[in-house]
Amino acid sequence: MARHDIHLTVNGVAQDLQVESRLLLVHLLRENLRLTGTHIGCDTTHCGACTVLLDGEPVKSCTILAVQADGARIATVEGLEQNGKLHPVQEAFWEKHGLQCGYCTPGMLMTGCALLARNKDPTEPEIREAISGNLCRCTGYSNIVKAIQSAAERLRQQ
Amino acid sequence: MSTPRTSPEVCGMGHSMKRKEDPRFIRGKGNYVDDIQLPGMLHMDIVRSPYAHAKIKSINAERALKIPGVLAVITGETLAKYNLHWMPTLMSDTQMVLPTEKVMYQAQEVAAVIATDRYVAADGVEAVEVEYDPLPVVVDPFKALDPSAPILRTDKKDKKDNRIFHWQAGDREATDKAFAEADVVVAQDMYLPRIHVASIETCGCVADFDRVNGKLTVYMTTQAPHAVRTVFALVAGHVGLSEEKIRIISPDIGGGFGGKVPVYPGYVIAVAASVVIGKPVKWVEDRMENLQADSFARDYHIHAELAATKDGTMKALRIKTLADHGYADAAANPSKFPAGLFSICTGSYDLRNAFAEVDGVYTNKAPGGIAYRCSFRVTEAVHCIERITDVLAQQLKMDPAELRMKNFIPPEKFPYKSALGWEYDSGNYPAALRKAMDIAGYEALRKEQAEKRARGELMGIGISSFTEIVGAGPSKQFDILGLKMFDSCEIRVHPTGKAMARFGTKSQGQGHETTYAQIVAEELGIPAAHVQVEEGDTDTAPYGLGTYASRSTPTAGAAGAMAARKIREKAKKIAAHLLECSPDDLVWEPGKFTVKGAPSRSKTIQEIALAAYTNHPQGMEAGLEAVSYYDPPNLTFPFGSYIAVVDIDRGTGAVKVRRFVAVDDCGNIINPMIVDGQIHGGLAMGLAPALLEEISYDENGNITGGSFMDYLLPTAMETPSWETAKTVTPSPHHPFGAKGVGESATVGAPPAIANAVVDALSHVGVRHVDIPVTPEKVWRLLKEKGLAE
Repeated sequence: MARHDIHLTVNGVAQDLQVESRLLLVHLLRENLRLTGTHIGCDTTHCGACTVLLDGEPVKSCTILAVQADGARIATVEGLEQNGKLHPVQEAFWEKHGLQCGYCTPGMLMTGCALLARNKDPTEPEIREAISGNLCRCTGYSNIVKAIQSAAERLRQQ
Repeated sequence: MSTPRTSPEVCGMGHSMKRKEDPRFIRGKGNYVDDIQLPGMLHMDIVRSPYAHAKIKSINAERALKIPGVLAVITGETLAKYNLHWMPTLMSDTQMVLPTEKVMYQAQEVAAVIATDRYVAADGVEAVEVEYDPLPVVVDPFKALDPSAPILRTDKKDKKDNRIFHWQAGDREATDKAFAEADVVVAQDMYLPRIHVASIETCGCVADFDRVNGKLTVYMTTQAPHAVRTVFALVAGHVGLSEEKIRIISPDIGGGFGGKVPVYPGYVIAVAASVVIGKPVKWVEDRMENLQADSFARDYHIHAELAATKDGTMKALRIKTLADHGYADAAANPSKFPAGLFSICTGSYDLRNAFAEVDGVYTNKAPGGIAYRCSFRVTEAVHCIERITDVLAQQLKMDPAELRMKNFIPPEKFPYKSALGWEYDSGNYPAALRKAMDIAGYEALRKEQAEKRARGELMGIGISSFTEIVGAGPSKQFDILGLKMFDSCEIRVHPTGKAMARFGTKSQGQGHETTYAQIVAEELGIPAAHVQVEEGDTDTAPYGLGTYASRSTPTAGAAGAMAARKIREKAKKIAAHLLECSPDDLVWEPGKFTVKGAPSRSKTIQEIALAAYTNHPQGMEAGLEAVSYYDPPNLTFPFGSYIAVVDIDRGTGAVKVRRFVAVDDCGNIINPMIVDGQIHGGLAMGLAPALLEEISYDENGNITGGSFMDYLLPTAMETPSWETAKTVTPSPHHPFGAKGVGESATVGAPPAIANAVVDALSHVGVRHVDIPVTPEKVWRLLKEKGLAE
């Protein structure tokens, strides 16, 4: 199996790696870099548990080859907290009970961050549409919607 | 609970405390099975059958073993050498770990590949060559009982048909008589399709056998770690696994819902591989394996009949059901209940005559019969009674709310003995339905519906007034493989007044680390923030039967209160010693003992804890800890009334749940925020089978709903903003008056939605529609009735 040299930035840290052609980005993150916050729920692009940001855009990292991420900036859940301070989206999910088993949570947080980066004051239907590629089996979504609304408010006040 | 008894600092019952488990989850620092990496760890992947029924002619591993990194290919023959190729199910049936002769369902495990890397293991799976000789397939459970059907379980020497069990409850004669004398009888066939819990984390394990110490550690996605340890010891004792050297660790679990109660073949193969190879072996199934091979839920073909007087007084209920269990009865019911707690089917109604029977049948499908976020077949029972109640209302041209109000068990009749033998602990059904109707604006909705109907628009209102039976259970009736269904708690109060509490259950998202801490805080006055809760490690936690069937609060939560009360008794004696008074002179308020009539003379629980280690009375044992194994005197019976409002698109047949009002009563509440979260999640998992989910098979036994492409989970787009409210009717027998709550909404929601859809179409003569109510199904109905646009 051919191997490739790739260079990418993960949560602000430059990484030079040699990977197999077929290695998925999610496995690069979880196994090579031991960033296990990004989860795998279906490996068929349906559930969104593996959502990370690639150059700011939410992508399902189970459907992207590591080599496709060559040169990209990747953001994962582990990079949200800065200098010991939780990201407003993290705070809001905790406060509004936007998570239960925690498995879909990292993907939801990243999708929520991407939405709020492009839309400072999303409506409920806009939030629901934005997270419609992320499945949650525990919360019934209502509190996730409320958490993203609350995070939007916190971010606007910053 | 109205006002909490404790301060926000102590955070006992009734406080919406932010969850203690969340700081790790929101940082991506949870520790799930697939996150575990051990030195030298190998990976396992599984070869699965493309056929639903076939003889295995040969398995050739030669090509696979030539792949660099593939270390072993394990087959049924390999396991047969250790007599590990079959295993018991939780229902005392048997199930293959790996086959030696034939496969019984599509996606069955055929062989396992062990490799140094998960990609290489998958390469190995592709390279294993298996030759099959297809056999006749039995898909239809009704045909399975036909004398001409092939007998599937040829491994059972005396088996002459495909029937697994016959179960019945109630007085058949009295019920038949009540039917013969009734003014009105309605009957309805209904099918509750095969569905799958599809927790977002699939199942898996890391099995780690230490050859030097003979110790097996298994990190495992299990809801019942202690029971699994005992089962492993009993099944694999002959190969040297001894219970004191088996440690099951259930780390963070990404949703369970009943699907992580059974022991699947993959776990057993990984353990066998680790024991034989002497290295850790990781197995994590993918989503399609999860949907296609893990235990399914429901698959009940029900024929229900309800008898009543002309004025709508229910007189008798009669139900006949065929349960398709696949090729093995791999349900996870208490041993004495092959049809689970289906006998709760008389529901919320004062029905004096009832008879129910269920026949279990083998077919060429994945084994199972587990719960889908419900207490042992309660959803099936509730769907049946709530649907047939609406059929009766339609027959009598009565409003379904009025019919329910007329037949509810009156609040003054509790505790109430049901016709099928249960003693309902407490309830106030009219209050819950009245509250739901007020919140929904029921009368206004009916008016709106009439106006819309006149304009040709299709809107429906559906009610479900369910009663659940949860918290199994009393040891005189409830066991799993002989293990009684008590649960446990051990509390240790440390010298500085902080505490460690360990439980026999295992949270999969329910928030035990928070709610259990609040129970201890309520009972001892130690702030919940200072109570560390642990579960899921069999080396440290007391023995318990695990978390499923909404049993954690009714059993382990109760054990937490009882252990805390034992500690409080000892603390009282220490306080009396410190205050130089008689224990009888002390009064307790959360957090301290005070001398009666002398409010300035008191000792806090923290002062007492320190004294327990530094200044305990002579003649008393030092320390401050207690264990409780709580055997509940009865189950708990949560209830509620739900109202769904749906709109139907006449062009596409799509059903939109516009509003959903849920009034729940789970007795006294530990954490209102968490209870609401449980209800929300349950509602989404009730909407799911009502509108979307079904695992179906074609005539050859091929699965036609085995991926997330076909098996649709609800997203944020299909789910409404839930409207929730509570009534509070405490359980009289539970130590703090609570009932289970995690599954109420999954149980109560499907009939509310199904009833709403039928209600929207009742004016054109539609009386029933099976769930899932898919756009195609509705569109065909609309077309038939001339309503399709």
